[in-house]
Amino acid sequence: MPTQKTIAATGNTVVAEAMRQCAPDVMAAYPITPQTTIVEEFAAFVAKGRVHTEYITVESEHSAMSACVGASAAGARVMTATSSQGLALMWEELHIAAGMRLPIVMANANRALSAPINIHCDHGDIMGARDTGWIALFAETAQEAYDNTIMSVRIAENESVLLPVMSCLDGFITTHSIDRVQVMDDESVAGFVGEYTPANALLDLENPVTHGSFAGLGGPYFEFKKAQREAIERSRKVINDVGAEFSELSGRPFGMIETWGMEDAEVAIVVIGSTAGNVRHVARGLRDAGAKVGVVKVRCFRPFPFAEIAEALAGLKAVAVLDRAESFGAEGGPLFLEVRSALYDNAERVPVIDYIYGLGGSDVKLELIESVYKDLSDIAAGVEAPAGLVYLGSR
Amino acid sequence: MKWDISRMNEWKTDEFPLGAVIPESGNSRDYVTGGWRSMRPERSDEKCTQCLLCWIMCPDSAINTADEKVTTYNLKHCKGCGVCANVCPTDAITMVPEGCDLPEVK
Repeated sequence: MPTQKTIAATGNTVVAEAMRQCAPDVMAAYPITPQTTIVEEFAAFVAKGRVHTEYITVESEHSAMSACVGASAAGARVMTATSSQGLALMWEELHIAAGMRLPIVMANANRALSAPINIHCDHGDIMGARDTGWIALFAETAQEAYDNTIMSVRIAENESVLLPVMSCLDGFITTHSIDRVQVMDDESVAGFVGEYTPANALLDLENPVTHGSFAGLGGPYFEFKKAQREAIERSRKVINDVGAEFSELSGRPFGMIETWGMEDAEVAIVVIGSTAGNVRHVARGLRDAGAKVGVVKVRCFRPFPFAEIAEALAGLKAVAVLDRAESFGAEGGPLFLEVRSALYDNAERVPVIDYIYGLGGSDVKLELIESVYKDLSDIAAGVEAPAGLVYLGSR
Repeated sequence: MKWDISRMNEWKTDEFPLGAVIPESGNSRDYVTGGWRSMRPERSDEKCTQCLLCWIMCPDSAINTADEKVTTYNLKHCKGCGVCANVCPTDAITMVPEGCDLPEVK
């Protein structure tokens, strides 16, 4: 069993620590708030010789992900980190990394996109990248950010998957708050992630290959996309298996969704990221007062855990989805669209309400979450539901 | 061994190589792009000083040489961009229309 040390550290510090322990061959990165301290602390590890990584400083995130793609095609274990506008600037390379089936691991500090300019937390950046073909894990706490980073390597590099993985943590709330975190010893992490053997390394001179080929003009582009879909479907099992193995090692649970109070809940809130803790806190209080409330936290957004959500929410009287991102003009936020779609095939129809909250770091007060549970209990009691989506706590 | 794609139309999804990687190198030689051309370079032996600037500049490496001298154009790959004619210091290269008389590419 690993030796675990309990430390007080920010989410970014433990993500940098996890990356050091996973020992990437290459990191190409560009600083952006609130991710900067990840790559800054990692650069310090390189400077001190605590990790033997080729650290490439680049002039933008477009270049950062381009360098990651090149290094990964060359056969390296590659990591980087970004946030918000940086993730947006990586847009085309995100698709390329996934399409070329390169197991790059990237931390994303979830932050609002401009305009207006904002540096605080919401999920607009990552939700905008949800169709790039990356696997996306979400952390509620610094501990989960640490754990997810390590698991990401194993998931990405699994030979039946070979897809890039984004490990997301909430900007400032998780990246910059000091939290209690259990950190494993280096040998245990190294043993868990193992050595990386690339599938088609450009630097394998005995077996020359061509990366970045052309599949247009009636070529098989369509088939390659289908293969990509099959790979991310296969990743469901790998994510659960890696999660189970990591749980055994660390003693900490992992699930694509994690539930609280769902055994006998009549109403529930579905949430991603740091707000899950606030929701659980409120739910605990309501439980103590006799209300049958539950919480479903989504820890893996891509691939989306449809079956798990459908099962967890089946037979409920009302469900609220908390979306920390907009999908302007859609029926609701990105999480709502997935959750309601997941429930469509259930025999019994469950009312689902979408709440957009916390955009640009807007405060998520406990009273707001209480008001959501109040709405749910009203619906359960047959009182009229809020019509359409609700901007939670807006003026 | 050359990568055999002759039966590609019958491949199942799992037969396509991971990430569209081609398991050999240098295969752009096999991809004939000369058919895109509407103008073809023609070189005057009298004006040409064999400075090889065209050979350096050709983006498709479509200028054939022997003994460090320009010989012919590789019309399987020349896209007719005209860079060679443009950089030629002695105007020895003229771009002429292919017209309806496109050469057969193999």
